Amino acid sequence: MKTFHHAYVTGPVLGALWTFVIAVTVSITMSFATGEPFRPTLILALLWGAVIGAAAVHSRMAAGIAALGVAAVGLLGFGPILSGDTVSPFAQIVGHGAMALCAALGMVSIMRNAPKGALTRHEFEEAVIRFLTGFGYIFFTAIVVIPFYVMVMTSLKSQQALLQNPLDFSIDFSKGWGLFRSYEELFRDHGFGIYLLNSFFISVITVVVTLLFAIPGAYAVARLRFKGRAAFARSILLIYMVPMIVLALPIYIAFSTAGLRNTIFGIVLIYPVTTIPVALYMLQGYFRGLPAEIEEAGLMDGLSRLRVIWKITLPLSLPALASVSLYVFMIAWNEFLLAFMLLDDPSKFTLTRGIASLNSSEIPRQHLMAGSVIATVPIMALFLGLERFMTKGLTAGSVKG
Amino acid sequence: MSQTDPPVGPPAHPPRGTGPLAKREARLAWGMLAPTIAAVALVVILPLLAIFWISFKPVELANLRPPEVTVREDVRGKPTAPGDEATLRYRLRNSSQEASIAGVTLRDTLPEGIEIIDGLGDSCAVTGRELFCDFGDWEGGARERLQIKVITAQAFFDGPSPRDSAPIVTGTASNILTNFSFTGENFARIFDSSEFFKVLWVTLFYTVFGTIGALVMGLFAALLLDKSFKGQGILRGLYLFPYVAPVIAVAFAWVLLLDPFSGSINALLVQMGVTDQAINFFGEEPLALIMVTVFEIWRYFPLSFLFILARMQSIDTEMYEAADMDGATPFQQFRYLSLPQLLGILSVLFLLRFIWTFNKFDDIFLLTGGNAGTRTLTVNVYEQAFALSNIGAGAAVAVVIFCCLLLFSVFFFRVMSQEEGL
Repeated sequence: MKTFHHAYVTGPVLGALWTFVIAVTVSITMSFATGEPFRPTLILALLWGAVIGAAAVHSRMAAGIAALGVAAVGLLGFGPILSGDTVSPFAQIVGHGAMALCAALGMVSIMRNAPKGALTRHEFEEAVIRFLTGFGYIFFTAIVVIPFYVMVMTSLKSQQALLQNPLDFSIDFSKGWGLFRSYEELFRDHGFGIYLLNSFFISVITVVVTLLFAIPGAYAVARLRFKGRAAFARSILLIYMVPMIVLALPIYIAFSTAGLRNTIFGIVLIYPVTTIPVALYMLQGYFRGLPAEIEEAGLMDGLSRLRVIWKITLPLSLPALASVSLYVFMIAWNEFLLAFMLLDDPSKFTLTRGIASLNSSEIPRQHLMAGSVIATVPIMALFLGLERFMTKGLTAGSVKG
Repeated sequence: MSQTDPPVGPPAHPPRGTGPLAKREARLAWGMLAPTIAAVALVVILPLLAIFWISFKPVELANLRPPEVTVREDVRGKPTAPGDEATLRYRLRNSSQEASIAGVTLRDTLPEGIEIIDGLGDSCAVTGRELFCDFGDWEGGARERLQIKVITAQAFFDGPSPRDSAPIVTGTASNILTNFSFTGENFARIFDSSEFFKVLWVTLFYTVFGTIGALVMGLFAALLLDKSFKGQGILRGLYLFPYVAPVIAVAFAWVLLLDPFSGSINALLVQMGVTDQAINFFGEEPLALIMVTVFEIWRYFPLSFLFILARMQSIDTEMYEAADMDGATPFQQFRYLSLPQLLGILSVLFLLRFIWTFNKFDDIFLLTGGNAGTRTLTVNVYEQAFALSNIGAGAAVAVVIFCCLLLFSVFFFRVMSQEEGL
C-alpha cells in the first residue's frame, strides 16, 4: 500500500483508470451523437492514461503536451479510442480532441495538490477522492440521462432508421415538423388527447380529495389529545406498507360486481384512498413542527378549533400543502396497476394505461416512446418548476415507491 | 387598592380522569379522523379481509360472473294468414357449465290472437295471456326447450311482434364468493409446487440486492452532491428523474434500450467488442433477474440519495474541521464521523425500502412479465389470478405476502422506535 503513496505511482495509475473512463464516455457519447463507430481500447487507453497521469504530476505544461500527443496518436489510430474509417474528419477531430482534453484536464485537477515526490496519506486519499468524484458525476449523469435521451430520440425517428442503425440518434432537421409525426399520430389516431385530459382530471381530483381527508386527520393526530393516538399514527404507517397488488384483487372483484370497472368515477374513488395515508403521515409531521402557541393564542381569542385550523394552521403550512399536493399528483399521474386492471374502454384510459395499450408488436416502437415522452414531460416540467417543494415533499414522508 | 391574598382552602389537586374539555377534544379528534378511517376501512381493511376469505375459496376468474338463465324466444312455422299453425319457441340455458341454479321460472306475455293447441307440458300454465313456467332446480349446463303450438288469428298479424314482450326468467344461483364452502386447496397448491420456493428465492434476491444496491448508490450520489457548487441544484434535480418519471415510461425505455435485436446497448456492446452476439438481457434465466434488480436500483437510488443528503447536510461541519486539524484523512473522516451519524437513517431506509421492494409489482411486470425466472411473489399473485385464472390461488399468494409484511413491520417498528422515537 505504501508504494502507492508516491506521486509518480499514484499519478499514472489514476491516469490510466481515468483515461479509460473518459475513453468509454467519449466513445458512447460520440456513438450516440453521430451513430458512427467509436470504441475504446483497453490496453492503449491504460497506456496513454499512464503517460498523461505522469505528465500531470510533472507540470501543467507537460500535461498539455501529453494531451496534444494523445490527440495526435488518436487521429493516427493508436489512441485511447478507435474510430472507424467511415467517420467524418470533423467527428474524428471532435472525438479525439475531447478525449485528450478531458483526460488531461481531469488528471491535472485530480493531482492538483499533490507534490511531485512521496505523498502523505491525506494527499493520496484526496487524489483518489477527486478521481472517484469525477467518475461519480460521469457515471450517475450517464445512467440517468441515457434512458431519457433514448426515449426522446427514438420517438423522433422512423422504424426503418432505427432498425438500420440502433446507435444512430442523430436528428434529421430537414424534416421539420415531420419529426413529430409519431406525436401527431398518437394524438390523432390513438386518442392521447383524451388520455392526457383523463390523467390530468383524475390526478387533480385525487389531490383535492386527498387533502380534504388528510388535513383534518393529520391535524387531529398532530395536535389533539385522545386515546389511541400513538396506535393510530402507527397504523397509518402500516397501511402505507400494504402492497397494492394485494388489494387490487378484491377491488377488481368488487368493482366488477358493482359495475364500477371501466369508469373514471371508480378510479377517482380508489386513487385518493391509496394516497390519503401518505398525505396524512407527511402533513402530521409538518403540523407537529408548527409552534402550538400561535394556535393557542387563537383559541384564547375565541376562535373555534376549526376556525383555528382554517385561519392559522393552513396558511402557515402552505409550503407543506404544496409539496404534499405535488407528491400526490405524482403518485396519481404515474399510477399504473389499478388503471391497467380496472380500465378496458379506450375512451376512459389514463396516460399510463394508454401507453400500456401501445405495447404490442403491431405498433411501431417510436409510438411507444412518444407516448412515454407525453406522459413524462408534464410531470417533469411540474417537478423542475417546483423542485424545491418536491424535494421537501419527498423527504417529508415518502419512502413509498 | 389593596392586594388580597388568595383564599385559603384545601390544597389543589390536578384534575384526575378525563374532564369534559378533554372529552370534547377527543370527540373532535375522532370526528376529524372519521372520514379517513371510513375510507381506509372500506378500501384497505375490507379488501384485506376479503383476500383472506377468497384465499380459502375454490374460485376461478370465470366464477366471478354469477350463473344465470339465458333465454331466446322466436316464432317458427312462418304463419302468413289467419288459421296457420305456428310454434312459439323458448330456448333456455344455464350459462354456467358447473354451477346449479335453484327455482328457475319463466314468465312472458303471449301475443294476441293465438289459440294454444299443444306443447305446454307439465311445467307451464297459461292464465289469460300470461305464460308462467316453473322448471324447478337446474344443474350446471342444463337446457330446456319449450315449443308451444298455436293457431293464429287475424289479431296475431295486426298486433305487435311476439318478441316485443321480453320473457322474464328468475332463478337463484349460489354465489361461490358468498357461500360457505371452503377449501385449503389454494394454499396446498401454491406451497406444494416446487415453483413456490423458486419464487421465494427470486423475491429474496430481488429485495435484498435491490435494497442494498439502491442504498449504496444513494450514499455515493449523496456524497457527490454534499458540497455546494454551481449546478448542484440542476444535478440534484436530474438525479431524481428516474424516480419521478412514470414507471411505465422508463420501463419501456429500458426494454427498448436493451432489446436483443434492435437495442442500442447491444449495438454498442458489439461495436466495442465486449460481446460478439447480442445479449438477451430480459430473456435469459439468471441475467433477467439481475437486470430487473439493476432497474430497481436505478429507479430507487434517488430516493435514498435524497434522504441521505438531507441527513448529511444537517451534520455539524465544525466536527469535520476539528478532525481535519487532528490530521484525519478524508476516508477516516467518512468512516469515523459521517458513517456513524448516517447509520440511523440508513437502517430506517433499509427497512422501509426492503418492505417496498418486497411489495414491488409494476417494475418486473412491465420489464419481463415475470418470465425468465423473475417471478416474485407479487407478480405471482397476478400470474395465478389472471394468467392462470385462479383467483383463489392468487389470493392465497397475497395472504402469504401479507403475513411476510406483518413480520417485517414488527421488526420495522422496533427499529423505528429506537431511531426516531416514534
